[in-house]
Amino acid sequence: MKLGGRLGKLLNAPGFHRPALRSLALGYLLILVILPAGGLVWSALAHGPVVFWRHVVQPEALAALRLTFVVATATALLSALLGTVAAFAMTRFRIPGRGVLDAVVDLPFVVPTAVGGLMVFALYAPSGPLAGATSALGLQILYAKPGIVLALMFVTFPFTIRAVQPLIEGLDLAVEEAAATLGATRGQTFRWIVWPSIARGVATGALLSFARALGEFGTIVIVSGNLPYKTKVASVYIYGEVESGRPESAAAVSLVLVLLSAGLLLLSDRVLHRRRRGRRVPVVETGSLGAAAEGRR
Amino acid sequence: MRIEVRNLSKAFSGVPVVRDVSFTVEEGQLVALLGPSGGGKSTILRIVAGLEDPDAGSVTLGDRRVERVPARERGIGFVFQHYALFPHMTVADNIGFGLKVRKQPPGEVARRVEEMIALVGLQGLGERYPHELSGGQRQRVALARALAPSPRVLLLDEPFGAVDAKVRHDLRTWLRRLHDNVGVTSVFVTHDQSEALEIADRVIIVHHGRIEQNDTPEGIWRGPANAFVAEFVGATNRIAGRVAGDEIDAGFLRHPRPAGLEDGAPVLVLARPAEVMLHPVGEDESPARVHRISFVGHSMKVEVEVPGHGTLTAEIPPAVVRAKELVPGRPVRVTLSAAQIFPSDTTPPGTITTAARRQGRLSSLFSRLRRARA
Repeated sequence: MKLGGRLGKLLNAPGFHRPALRSLALGYLLILVILPAGGLVWSALAHGPVVFWRHVVQPEALAALRLTFVVATATALLSALLGTVAAFAMTRFRIPGRGVLDAVVDLPFVVPTAVGGLMVFALYAPSGPLAGATSALGLQILYAKPGIVLALMFVTFPFTIRAVQPLIEGLDLAVEEAAATLGATRGQTFRWIVWPSIARGVATGALLSFARALGEFGTIVIVSGNLPYKTKVASVYIYGEVESGRPESAAAVSLVLVLLSAGLLLLSDRVLHRRRRGRRVPVVETGSLGAAAEGRR
Repeated sequence: MRIEVRNLSKAFSGVPVVRDVSFTVEEGQLVALLGPSGGGKSTILRIVAGLEDPDAGSVTLGDRRVERVPARERGIGFVFQHYALFPHMTVADNIGFGLKVRKQPPGEVARRVEEMIALVGLQGLGERYPHELSGGQRQRVALARALAPSPRVLLLDEPFGAVDAKVRHDLRTWLRRLHDNVGVTSVFVTHDQSEALEIADRVIIVHHGRIEQNDTPEGIWRGPANAFVAEFVGATNRIAGRVAGDEIDAGFLRHPRPAGLEDGAPVLVLARPAEVMLHPVGEDESPARVHRISFVGHSMKVEVEVPGHGTLTAEIPPAVVRAKELVPGRPVRVTLSAAQIFPSDTTPPGTITTAARRQGRLSSLFSRLRRARA
């Protein structure tokens, strides 16, 4: 990095970089994260904790929070499970068009969430291609929890796959073969050999999915119908409160969501790190296959 | 337990890797599958273990046909080239795994693990993790793990391939002693001829998916079945010649003619460096000249250039090099104290080649590429 003139001299002077970078990072954090968070806390607690609490335990707010928690949990579990299976299928089997498939996985990252919601809506809408099948089975998808969870699974689809895939690629196939020659069944091999190596990835995928599901707005607002007490999730509720001129109520529910997310983040960090220290999870040894996989990545 | 392999064939995506291979390993023997990398020997071993399905042929362990039996039910122990230890388990858990999955009582597992740790000399390391061990120690854990469930057959795929030269040497004598103590029928794969000849009861030489020779180490050393085997076990000088009367004429070199060859037939003369003798002569008596002399430890390596033919390599004790005053540029006459002679068809007399070595290196490169792609 060569900069001309006085500014360049100043920036390149020894001892300048570190403090400069540090204050830049801190300033960035302050302006973009801490200040807004502080603003939220301030507006949620502006009229004291009692008012805050009253806003939170309002029946409609409570129902929205409960619904959010339920669908986020369901999404996290399903996404983690199906994502792990998909990651295995994509790394272990020779699927034609694997490259295309690999690119499609990231689609939910780049598609606007409203469009994602619309995709689910179009599929299950009364005029959509699956409407007949679902109504024949007596399933209510749109304007109900299954629709919300489906929409959330679309959004969180890449998380577990991307967290688990590199771990599976890093597994040495010879290790699983060793287990087989020692008499282990496929199930035993998975339980004792594969699972310990990928568990952290699965947990990471589940946590990311949960956090994302907690805050998702764009997809849900389209598929859920937003019926108070029934299908209105917390983020939609917050939007509604702001629109209706009740920002303190919106802030109170928001603060609960923030605390939930932050608590989860701390918890996950703790769990994952404690395991790393306590069980001394070693650098996974890669044999020739592992090394090859490494190279491919 | 006796291992019998009959007419085994296997191809990977249309490329034949094992072609109609048959051999028998008698109860209690230690047998080496020896050959250049990519020759199919590991695939044969993996088929015996049940890690690959054969396209054709049979595998019999004892009196049971097993080629359709899954690996976990074959009662074999397998040692992998890169150990394949379970990275998140301690040494003791690694060794006990085969017993645990067979639902042995914990007390029995612990007893057997202790016994195995003592057998392979890893006392006090039971609570270590694989990444805390040296290469040689890991290999011992891999062996102990394979032996813990008392397999009837032990299969080792390049067991010393991933450790350094010194450890490699210690481990091979140690393996032979261990085999003598445990007495389990064992087959190991190697591309190192000295390793195979030193510790195996029988050596099976595999090349291009076929068995070239199946014999005792001495039988292979003294009577290689063909040029490939002769070269693979050290006869690196290849000289093309022609039968002429009582001799073989290779231009600059003559050698007594063996029985069973027609007069005028083209032959290939193969000689180990230690079998090449050099005799200093006057300037016009021989075209061969000493080209370079280098020190290789127990002897000197003398390269001899024969204009129009190529370069021969001789290994000569330092004292002899001094006594004969061999120095670069010196004209020498070449004789062979011993040689392997095989009928040949193409190469013109007198040409010296080292084609097989180059080929070996290439095929090992290919096999590495194949593995990387798999």
